[in-house]
Amino acid sequence: VKIKVTDQKGGVHEIEGTLGWSLMEAVRQANLPMNAECGGCLACATCHVYVDEAFRGAIPEASELEIAMLDMAFDIQDNSRLSCQITLKPELEGLAVTLAPGTD
Amino acid sequence: MTAIQTDVVIIGAGPTGLFAVFELGLLDIKAHIVDILDRPGGQCAELYPEKPIYDIPGLPIVTGQELVDRLMEQIKPFSPTFHLGEMATALTKTEDGKWRLTTDAGTVLEAPVLVVAAGGGSFTPKRPPIPGIEAYEGSSVFYAVRKIENFRGKKVIIAGGGDSALDWTLNLQPVAAGMTLVHHRDGFRAAPDSVNKMRALVENGQMQLHIANVSALHGANGKLEAVTFKTKEKEYDVACDALLPFFGLTMKLGPVADFGLNLHENLIPVDTEKFETSTPSIFAIGDINTYPGKLKLILSGFHEAALMAQQAFRVARPNEKLRFQYTTSSSNLQKKLGVA
Repeated sequence: VKIKVTDQKGGVHEIEGTLGWSLMEAVRQANLPMNAECGGCLACATCHVYVDEAFRGAIPEASELEIAMLDMAFDIQDNSRLSCQITLKPELEGLAVTLAPGTD
Repeated sequence: MTAIQTDVVIIGAGPTGLFAVFELGLLDIKAHIVDILDRPGGQCAELYPEKPIYDIPGLPIVTGQELVDRLMEQIKPFSPTFHLGEMATALTKTEDGKWRLTTDAGTVLEAPVLVVAAGGGSFTPKRPPIPGIEAYEGSSVFYAVRKIENFRGKKVIIAGGGDSALDWTLNLQPVAAGMTLVHHRDGFRAAPDSVNKMRALVENGQMQLHIANVSALHGANGKLEAVTFKTKEKEYDVACDALLPFFGLTMKLGPVADFGLNLHENLIPVDTEKFETSTPSIFAIGDINTYPGKLKLILSGFHEAALMAQQAFRVARPNEKLRFQYTTSSSNLQKKLGVA
């Protein structure tokens, strides 16, 4: 799937994500600045992104653990998610996300 | 301070650093371990103590903490000395060609061999991405409380929703002139008992709770005067002498970056025969090193520790012959392990 990623400095990148992978993996694969320190085990909150409103409905709601982990991220908004918890699927074609401050 | 003399100094008490003690121990090489965390285990203990790991050979399922506990048991016969809660800050060479490592607690260690097993780096508090925050650090912005008295009579703002944030809110509230807790949601992952105590203080008017993000700092010459809170609807300023952000820890390479080890993207290049760095007698094992084909797996760190130990022996015991033995058959090794 194609994903539009806006980085922490405002740069826009069109990247290609693999179905079934997590959004975090796709961002890392594209060598965009994302710490994702714990490698996707929901322990660090350094893969925090803002999800474009149009796609929020297509992504399952955050688990309780993800919500708790978001406490360790900065500048939380309603559309804040941890990208390691978003699995890429066909419905997310064209997904647009912004990498949150403090994740690089 | 007098320097402590040993054979090997290991930076990092994660699984790789711990297993290095074992492999060195079998060769009668003594080790001291330095780690910034206050307990052994590194990422396993800090990031995922309760998460199961499935790819440790021979252990179909083991949690991060269990693995650390087992490694601690395994290296017990070699009684390594731990210097926990200390950051390795400086490395120099002594006149007799040894490495002298100094920590931020003033510990000085001297050894012919240095092993960097620092994983993703030192765990350090996360710094909020608020413009200009660096200018206030140490004077008005603090990531830890050293002395409660320093906050007496101050208008204190604590940011965060975990145990550190809640515990320090409760501990500093009695001495502070004003206490404000700011968190992005009206829910806390901290212990329910602390949350209840905090809510009672808010109800009694003894402190304030704001549901917001901290978006800006105001002050001059490192002295904070106010902090801007941002909600969906508005932005407003709250007077403040001291801000304490508690957003957990992150890994930073830290002073190891200045040890002259030819870093490549914050990793230390090594050979795959001895896992030695570009500086002879300094080794790098585990997640911190890089070489063609490197996989950041705990099991890779174990392998690297075993090979490193062979060369460390040659450096630390230049006049002795290295005898390769198996723990299953060598009564000599079994004696060292305390089983024979």
